Amino acid sequence: MVITFSTLTIGLANLLAAFLFLFGLKRMSSPVTAPSGIRIAGVGMIAAVLASFLYVFSVDASAQSHLLVNVALALVAMAVGGVGAWFVGRKVAMTAMPQMVAIYNGMGGGAAGGIAAIELFGSRTHGVAQLAVTLLGGLIGAVSMSGSVIAWAKLDGVLKKPLRFKGQQIANGLVFLAGIAVGGWIILGPMSGAAMILPMPTWITLFFGLTLLFGIMMTLPIGGADMPVVISIYNAFTGLAVGLDGFVLQNPALMIAGMVVGAAGLLLTLLMAKAMNRSVTNVIFTNFGATAKAHHGAVKGTERPVEASDAGIKMRYAASVIIVPGYGLAAAQGQQKLYEFVKLLLAAGVKVRFAIHPVAGRMPGQMDVLLAEAGVPYDMIFQLDDINADFATTDVALVIGANDVVNPAARTDKSSPIFGMPILNADKAKQVYVIKRGQGKGYSGVVNGLFYEPNCNMVYGDAQAVLIKMIEAVRGLGAAAA
Amino acid sequence: MHFDIAMGGLIALYVFMLAGFAGWVIIGNVPAILHTPLMSGSNFVHGIVVVGGVFALLNANNALEQAIGFFTVLLGAGNAAGGYAVTDRMLAMFKTSGSRAKPHHGHGKVHHLKKS
Repeated sequence: MVITFSTLTIGLANLLAAFLFLFGLKRMSSPVTAPSGIRIAGVGMIAAVLASFLYVFSVDASAQSHLLVNVALALVAMAVGGVGAWFVGRKVAMTAMPQMVAIYNGMGGGAAGGIAAIELFGSRTHGVAQLAVTLLGGLIGAVSMSGSVIAWAKLDGVLKKPLRFKGQQIANGLVFLAGIAVGGWIILGPMSGAAMILPMPTWITLFFGLTLLFGIMMTLPIGGADMPVVISIYNAFTGLAVGLDGFVLQNPALMIAGMVVGAAGLLLTLLMAKAMNRSVTNVIFTNFGATAKAHHGAVKGTERPVEASDAGIKMRYAASVIIVPGYGLAAAQGQQKLYEFVKLLLAAGVKVRFAIHPVAGRMPGQMDVLLAEAGVPYDMIFQLDDINADFATTDVALVIGANDVVNPAARTDKSSPIFGMPILNADKAKQVYVIKRGQGKGYSGVVNGLFYEPNCNMVYGDAQAVLIKMIEAVRGLGAAAA
Repeated sequence: MHFDIAMGGLIALYVFMLAGFAGWVIIGNVPAILHTPLMSGSNFVHGIVVVGGVFALLNANNALEQAIGFFTVLLGAGNAAGGYAVTDRMLAMFKTSGSRAKPHHGHGKVHHLKKS
């Protein structure tokens, strides 16, 4: 490519963008500097996007006659996609954040796949290496797109149950191998000089069809509580696909941004899998809920329910309370009422802290965001390793809509499918209250022995409704005293 | 394969290696409390794919490529704008006990919300 003023400007804008992305992400390592971090990265994005229109000065000769139409299409696409997503992103409920992240992963993956498709359909890639990288970028992008759509559907409740059938893994494997075979044929077929049987565009369409199908089939059997791992994987996939496209287009900004995101996604994937004490392959390829059904575990005793008001008053007179929120809190949209209750406890001199399990909720850090939304200061929020030792000296542990992450079987029962998973030691507190919709097992299908312990009482009901009753009970006390 | 292309490929691997390493180190320092905004923030960063989409669409020379290019830019722009919007919203919510009392200068919207 001849260096002209426009290509130089594009190159420098992309360099600036790559630097600002790294610098912005670096500032995300503290809640204090993080807001400026995303804005710095935003400046980089604007610079790169504005500069990208300078490509009009260096388009291929074959595209010259279409240039006006293409520029118009680009502007319309950018306006529709950008403005639409901006308004949705500004309005969407915080509890819907896992779905949104899944959608953005899918959009990025789709765009990466689209770039690969254009390069392939236009026969713009030459040589084995470049063709292979393009196909790989297309494959990962396509899997990320269709898989993320399924992940979104699951998180949004459109798809209620994991779809599982006998021989599923074999079927998935066959689809994947077929996709790889078609990809290999796209590279090697024309080189070998053999007849292609079908025209090239048909093969390319088939390739994308198979990879999209694989993304769907791979995600369908995975259950809701494994979503933190799945979302992280697709985040990594999309980053990787974008990075590979960057190589194909010879654009280092895409390569750097994509690879940084790929590394970030990989790191989070491993963190989430570790927090479940399972390998990444286990999450993707094992039907966890199905295998766990064999282990019902016999637990003696009965669950002892108490009234919400009694539990609320007990906490009002406790010296210290640790709250363990889980997906049930998010599902009930109970975060605002929870903080209202906590403020009453704080006013009464109770020491209140929040304990967050790494895989609580449907994506990494979801509980932290919900608490932040309700106004809980982040210095009240503690992660597993920082607070676990303190349960033993705490008066009350309040578990809200969480189950497996506080199941003591993970510590003691070697036959349990969740054995070895790091858990929050809520059972060590003097008194445990569990707010739960009703009797039933957690996602893993394992009986939770905690619920039958002598120091544990159940408060049945929707988390928000229960918290409202607790608030009324504690307020009632205050009114009586005054 | 020409020498310059081979070098290009190798340098590309260096870029991938260094970027991956930088990403790993930078992200490794992000506390668990910020993992959701980190994820949506990195979502936003891979929205840079829109730049590649613009390049591909501008060079499109038939209706099929124009159609794919249009959706590529649409999806990429949505990815970038949406990822930015949600990340910015989330990060604005994180407060310490100390900073809660302070007025949020320069943000009329936040003020308004607090009053109502």
